[in-house]
Amino acid sequence: MGLYDIMFYYLASVAVITALLAVSRANPVHAVVFLVPCFFHVAGIFVLLGAEFLAAIQILVPAGALMILYLFVVFLFNVSEVKGQRITHRKSFLAGIVAMLLIFLLIVLSIQSLFPGPFEELIATNIGIDNTAAVGGSLFTKYLFPFELASLVLLVVMFGAMVLARREEE
Amino acid sequence: MITLSHYLVLSAILFTIGVTGVLMRKNVIIILLSIELMLTAVNINFIAFSHYMQNPDGQVFVFFVMTIAAAEATLGLAIIVALFRNLETVNVDEINQMKG
Amino acid sequence: MTDAIVLVPLFPLLAVLANLTFGRRLSEAKVGIMASGALGASFLASIISVVGLVRMESGNRVVEMVLYEWIGSGTFSADIGFLLDPLSAVMILVVTGVGFLIHVYSVGYMHNDPGFARYFLYLNLFVFAMLLLVLGNSYLLLFIGWEGVGLCSYLLIGFWYHKDSAADAGKKAFIVNRIGDFGFMLGMLFIAVTFGTLNFTKVFAEAPHVFESGQGMVVLITLLLFVGACGKSAQLPLHVWLPDAMEGPTPVSALIHAATMVTAGVYMVARSHVLFDLAPATLLTVAIVGTLTALFAGTIALVQNDIKRVLAYSTVSQLGYMFLALGVGAYTAAIFHLMTHAFFKALLFLGAGSVIHALSDEQDIRKMGGLRKIMPTTYRTFVIASLAIAGIPPLAGFMSKDEILYSAFNSTHPGGAGILLWLVGILTAFMTAFYMFRLVFKTFHGESRMDPEVEKHAHESPRLITAPLTILAFLSAVGGFLGIPIFLKANVMHNWLGPVFEAAAEYGHDTAEAVHSLGTELGLMGLSVLVATGGILLALTLILRRPNITEEIRSDFSFLYDLFLNKWWVDELYDIVVVNPLRKISGMFWTEIDGKGIDGTLHGIGRSALRSGGLLSKLQTGFVQNYALSMAAGLVLMLIWVLF
Repeated sequence: MGLYDIMFYYLASVAVITALLAVSRANPVHAVVFLVPCFFHVAGIFVLLGAEFLAAIQILVPAGALMILYLFVVFLFNVSEVKGQRITHRKSFLAGIVAMLLIFLLIVLSIQSLFPGPFEELIATNIGIDNTAAVGGSLFTKYLFPFELASLVLLVVMFGAMVLARREEE
Repeated sequence: MITLSHYLVLSAILFTIGVTGVLMRKNVIIILLSIELMLTAVNINFIAFSHYMQNPDGQVFVFFVMTIAAAEATLGLAIIVALFRNLETVNVDEINQMKG
Repeated sequence: MTDAIVLVPLFPLLAVLANLTFGRRLSEAKVGIMASGALGASFLASIISVVGLVRMESGNRVVEMVLYEWIGSGTFSADIGFLLDPLSAVMILVVTGVGFLIHVYSVGYMHNDPGFARYFLYLNLFVFAMLLLVLGNSYLLLFIGWEGVGLCSYLLIGFWYHKDSAADAGKKAFIVNRIGDFGFMLGMLFIAVTFGTLNFTKVFAEAPHVFESGQGMVVLITLLLFVGACGKSAQLPLHVWLPDAMEGPTPVSALIHAATMVTAGVYMVARSHVLFDLAPATLLTVAIVGTLTALFAGTIALVQNDIKRVLAYSTVSQLGYMFLALGVGAYTAAIFHLMTHAFFKALLFLGAGSVIHALSDEQDIRKMGGLRKIMPTTYRTFVIASLAIAGIPPLAGFMSKDEILYSAFNSTHPGGAGILLWLVGILTAFMTAFYMFRLVFKTFHGESRMDPEVEKHAHESPRLITAPLTILAFLSAVGGFLGIPIFLKANVMHNWLGPVFEAAAEYGHDTAEAVHSLGTELGLMGLSVLVATGGILLALTLILRRPNITEEIRSDFSFLYDLFLNKWWVDELYDIVVVNPLRKISGMFWTEIDGKGIDGTLHGIGRSALRSGGLLSKLQTGFVQNYALSMAAGLVLMLIWVLF
């Protein structure tokens, strides 16, 4: 078992465990706090796959900015936890069944031998240039238009959020 | 030997955990959180395939997914804020104004 | 000069369009001048066209003017065109000439009626349609005119539409006509299928080559055409609409139900003589139906008390004579009688109108009497017309009716049928003379039985009304000389119409040659005159000299009297056999099939849509997680399907 495999199993298991914990906490603050390390370990998975640029983004955006945002909202509303109240909503048994089925099927799908051949280990995807340059090269040439559009989307979202959350004038 | 399938299985597990959260939790903030988790799992999938196919396009797509995830989380929270102001609850059981 | 033929229907059409556009805004005088002027112009155009025709060589007097290629569909084609030959020449002269006089009369008669402009609109439209009918060069165009006059008849009968009886009469006329039209259309269909065209010239040229005499198909076609003629010309059993049509204004009765529209059936059969010659069985049927109708209508006219009803049944009866003539192959005689009948029947109706108008709309002859001193012109012209219709020489009616009776006597139908037909014809002539003079005596002679109020206002009618009466009286008197008895060898009608019916001579029809000896012919003529005079004298006696006898006769023969007075209960019979079952079936269709069935189905569809919508809306719980759950479940199902 090489270093690669060990890193993978470690990162994967922590990610899964923290994710499970995050989803199952009653207190939303706890949930957010558990999700942050999950995202960190996912960033590690990205690094294993040779996408260090995206790993950095993963830490910056979801793990950093968004989780802080969620914490803000949670604190803003002072959602208190009442002991003994169930955390799942009524009639969620069926949902559980569906979720079980889903995971089963997805795993089956994933491990079918549709993907022959060994998996490359930590090989740079482009000879001579690093991940950032590779992503950047593709982003600013082939995918320039969507890039611009994405900035437009963010602009709209900014306005939207302001409008939605605005307090009505008395 | 870590194959592509390992990554895909990891992604599947994380995704399903996210789905469970969406389908079963009462608190609407937790639901949004689970959606983030789902998106992240999908990102793993994209990057895994990008590495396998030796094509950076997958990673570019992840870039966009993250952008949109951020946008969606922002707006979602803004809606929750507005909702909370009017209904005083973040309990999805009690939000059924769109019935019928 | 014959090109002027295109103007003949054009003038009335222009008047219709002008009337539609601004008729209501014009004064009565202007509308009247426009409408009558159009007819007058039409009449002049007719004369010009006919003069042009006269100048052509006798055997070649056929002018076909195609205006427009209308239908070209596969092997069938139809065009719009006019056919001017001696037969249509007679028709257009009668229609426009008599029509013009009636238009002038109407200006006086309809004075102050609120629907003045509308009346002339319909009247002009009618003349246009009638001209299309007689000028058309194909069955198709004839039928268009046929339908057009039917429509105008409906509009004019129900002219005073706020009167229920008038509206009902209009409907009755149209519906009964429709039954005839059904037969006509089937006949046309068979013609089109057999000949691939409906054009007269082509059909009649081919017919003798396509059909053998008496072949099933030609008998079928002619019978169907005859059904159409029965409807339009009010023969048994489709006669019931004509007496009711008297609800319309009297000039309408004069024009449409005496002189022109009802003669369309006669014209159509005469035009189709080539086909009818090939079907002796149909001809016999035509003759029998015509004779029976003449007799039947005559009996009813004997006892009617409404002045217009008497004339209406008289019209039905005289039309029966025309069909008798057609049925024995005497086509020229039929057209001759058509023409003379137009003169004296129009005159009779217009005279009746004059009386009704003067007596403030009184129509019951039991409430008239002694009018001859008050309305001398009307009286004199009415008497002339009555003498004509009774068949007193040398007036027009005698010439034409006598020729018909003679042709019947001579006819080639088997088993001495001709003589039987002649006998019934003579009997009907006797009745005709009687009931006409009963009408004259009761209306104009004797003590006045009028309402005192009415009597005070009774007066002779104005010039606009009496002038046309005088002109028609003149025509009724001398018109007969166009068809003086054959032995005098100067019969204008036969010379004129001969070439049209030339082909009929092959079958022994429509001959201008004498068949029996001169003596027989003179003898028959004398018999007719005797019979007519006898009828008049009987009327004189019973009505004027010995009125008490009529009371006795009425009670002795009360069954016959009731039978005739109630029109042989034909309307009642139709009510029971046709109208009421039809109403019930229609009602059933209305409530059951349409109301419950179709409406129910539609409502049912609507209701089920609503119900299923209601059911489906239960899916919209409002809980977002339910929606997410269904999405996830769908995903699971898809995966199952893909993987296994």
